[in-house]
Amino acid sequence: MLDKEKDKKKKKHSKSANKTVKVKTHKAPFEFEYSDAPESRDIVKIKERNLLYINGQWQEPSEGSFFPTLNPADGEVLAEVAEASAADVDKAVQAARKAYEGTWSKIPAHERGKYIFRIARILQERAREFAVLETLDNGKPIKESRDVDIPLVASHFFYNAGWADKLDYAFPGHKVTPIGVAAQVIPWNFPLLMAAWKIAPALATGNCVVLKPAETTPLTALLLAEVIEQAGLPPGVVNIVTGAGKTGAALVNHPDVNKVAFTGSTEVGRIIAKAVAKTNKKLTLELGGKSAHIVYEDAAIDQAVEGVVNGIFFNQGHVCCAGSRLLVEESIAKDFVEKLKERMSQIRVGDPLDKNTDVGAINSHRELEKIRGFINEAKEEGWEYFSASATELPGKGFFQKPCFFNDVGSAASIFRQEVFGPVLAISTFRTPQEAISKANDTPYGLAAGVWSEKASKIQKTALGLKAGVIWANTYNKFDPSSPFGGYYESGWGREGGRHGLFPYVEVQ
Amino acid sequence: MFQERFVRGHGGKKIPIPYYPIDQVGADERAQFFTKRSIKKESKINALYTIISMIDLTTLEGADTPGKVKQMCAKARFPVPRGVYQDIANHPKAKALPSVAAVCVYPSMVPHAAEALEGTDIQVASVATAFPSGQLPIDLKVADVERAVEFGATEIDMVINRGAFLSGDYQTVFDEIIQIKEACGDAHLKVILETGELVTYDRVHFASQLSMLAGADFIKTSTGKVQPAATLPVTLVMLNAIKDYYKHTGVKVGMKPAGGIRTAKQAIAYLCMVNEVLGSDWLTPDLFRFGASTLLNDVLKQIYKQVTGRYYYDKIFSLD
Repeated sequence: MLDKEKDKKKKKHSKSANKTVKVKTHKAPFEFEYSDAPESRDIVKIKERNLLYINGQWQEPSEGSFFPTLNPADGEVLAEVAEASAADVDKAVQAARKAYEGTWSKIPAHERGKYIFRIARILQERAREFAVLETLDNGKPIKESRDVDIPLVASHFFYNAGWADKLDYAFPGHKVTPIGVAAQVIPWNFPLLMAAWKIAPALATGNCVVLKPAETTPLTALLLAEVIEQAGLPPGVVNIVTGAGKTGAALVNHPDVNKVAFTGSTEVGRIIAKAVAKTNKKLTLELGGKSAHIVYEDAAIDQAVEGVVNGIFFNQGHVCCAGSRLLVEESIAKDFVEKLKERMSQIRVGDPLDKNTDVGAINSHRELEKIRGFINEAKEEGWEYFSASATELPGKGFFQKPCFFNDVGSAASIFRQEVFGPVLAISTFRTPQEAISKANDTPYGLAAGVWSEKASKIQKTALGLKAGVIWANTYNKFDPSSPFGGYYESGWGREGGRHGLFPYVEVQ
Repeated sequence: MFQERFVRGHGGKKIPIPYYPIDQVGADERAQFFTKRSIKKESKINALYTIISMIDLTTLEGADTPGKVKQMCAKARFPVPRGVYQDIANHPKAKALPSVAAVCVYPSMVPHAAEALEGTDIQVASVATAFPSGQLPIDLKVADVERAVEFGATEIDMVINRGAFLSGDYQTVFDEIIQIKEACGDAHLKVILETGELVTYDRVHFASQLSMLAGADFIKTSTGKVQPAATLPVTLVMLNAIKDYYKHTGVKVGMKPAGGIRTAKQAIAYLCMVNEVLGSDWLTPDLFRFGASTLLNDVLKQIYKQVTGRYYYDKIFSLD
């Protein structure tokens, strides 16, 4: 196509000539198609039948029932996973209690730290394996599981391991003691990362845990159990029981549990809050959100577009703090939306294992239906719709093109309810006051992004926002040292950082 | 947004230059994104061929001699030994290697380059305008350009007046580019911003706009004499400026990162960035060039690897 035999049209030039020649070479532009670049799945050995991890042993479920977990990229069954009954949950809680009383609360704090450091190091060594498995079970692009999820998982264990023998400094002037057995129920959007957020601080503060991963994404938590075995933790310190809502309810309602930690939907969070209300269990909830991006006219526009794209399309929008509402100053709205459209048309949706995929598969058929329901409703309401991607959607599996609704009314459900998918709702504002009040006009309060090159404006806006996490000129930045959590219906308590230790200790 | 900056064009006409702030952290992060693209198989080999056709093979040393320039021109024409060339060309997956886009030399070396490249479609590019500092009166810069063109340069790589730019005298920068453009005649004008001296991305974006408004055919990052030279983020900022300019005027301006691009892998990241920011329209030597000297050999090495499945030992490729 580009060889020199072609295109001999150019005129000769001579060094003595005063005239110069037109130099355009007129070569046809190169159509740059990216070939498939799939990550190999050979590194992962998925067991066909996966048992419960209780008391340091792999145990058959008492009722003998198993459920399948799918690869959302092709809808095929990856493995069968044991469904824990109330009796299994009881066994797990008892094992945790025994480990708590017998060893974990007794060993020196620096010993606890050593175990957690060991987990972190093994996770790093097996990072590729975890990344591939996470992508297979969850549908998120390998780029994200490899570069975001798994490194963050390791860093959460490292960070909390460091606190284990320094708790006196985390709570100066106080003595802290662990609580006991923590029941932890986590979602499917960041399966291993949520497990790390829950397990690492619990272990560092001297508690034992029973963790229930989500029913659509249990595999990496079970692989984590292998790592815990490999790290030589005493039996019963960490127990992993798989199952759906029933298993979760049995765990949360178990009378011998001292602390409940839940991340998931606000709907389930409410049920758990009610169930726990009549007990003396401690509770933290990490729930939904409808977080706002505020883009001022003096923002760095190209970078703000990038931040908005990252805010809503990262992890297919399955992010509790996803920037699902865009509030853009009216004076730049038209240009901004235009640039957003162009940027979205470069997003590569497809095989999550392909290293060039930017947006992977929606985690389950149920979620895909839910997302489409929201989209259809918003379309019926007549809001301006746009969707795009650089690639065609695969013929199988659960996929949704990134999309937005522009000039959406504040009462529209697409603007108020959590879609938990790659769907953005856009509206405009005129003044900082209006931006703040619009951003706060939601039952949620998890996160917000503010975009301006004027630092004083960012500060003033941030002070007015009722949200647990506020990012300035960036979005979706996570760090184990930074507390995360929400206002109002977005949850109770904070995870991460020093604040993430609070829910797992009694302060004396 | 509210700082009105403008220059005066023909007849004192006011030309506003819009103010685009650039967030450095965000731009750096976005640029890094393109290094993560995994270009394999067909797409890789096609990209490597395209890269060769976009190279401005460059020598800009005080020690440049006619002999050195002739050697480089020979490298531009015959980049690999005949046997290796045949190995590649005969391979079913491959095709004949393209030639590089241009050679880039100092004005005094232009006659030698023009002679050595006579009959080929390889362009002769010459740096001019008191390269690399640009610290000469404008009439001498114009003379520099005129002589280079007279000697046979078909492309002129000028440097902007950074002294004027950094002192806020944008009018002088603008006027100088216009005068140089006139002196170029039909020769293509590449305007070097020397981003390593402008430092902030805000200034890079502003200088890009100023150069395009003044008539640059290409904007180019660096002389290669100042560190840092071309980087992905600085190129990204310039590509964004090109995109905005195209949207407003319909004029396609080219881009040339220069200095510091040594490996095929780096160059592929640049191609991905151009592809995803400006689109494939810009993936032609008419609108995108690499200013580089050592890049060519690495690309050849990778092509050989792609078509034969193995690396040849390095010494098979001549140094220059």
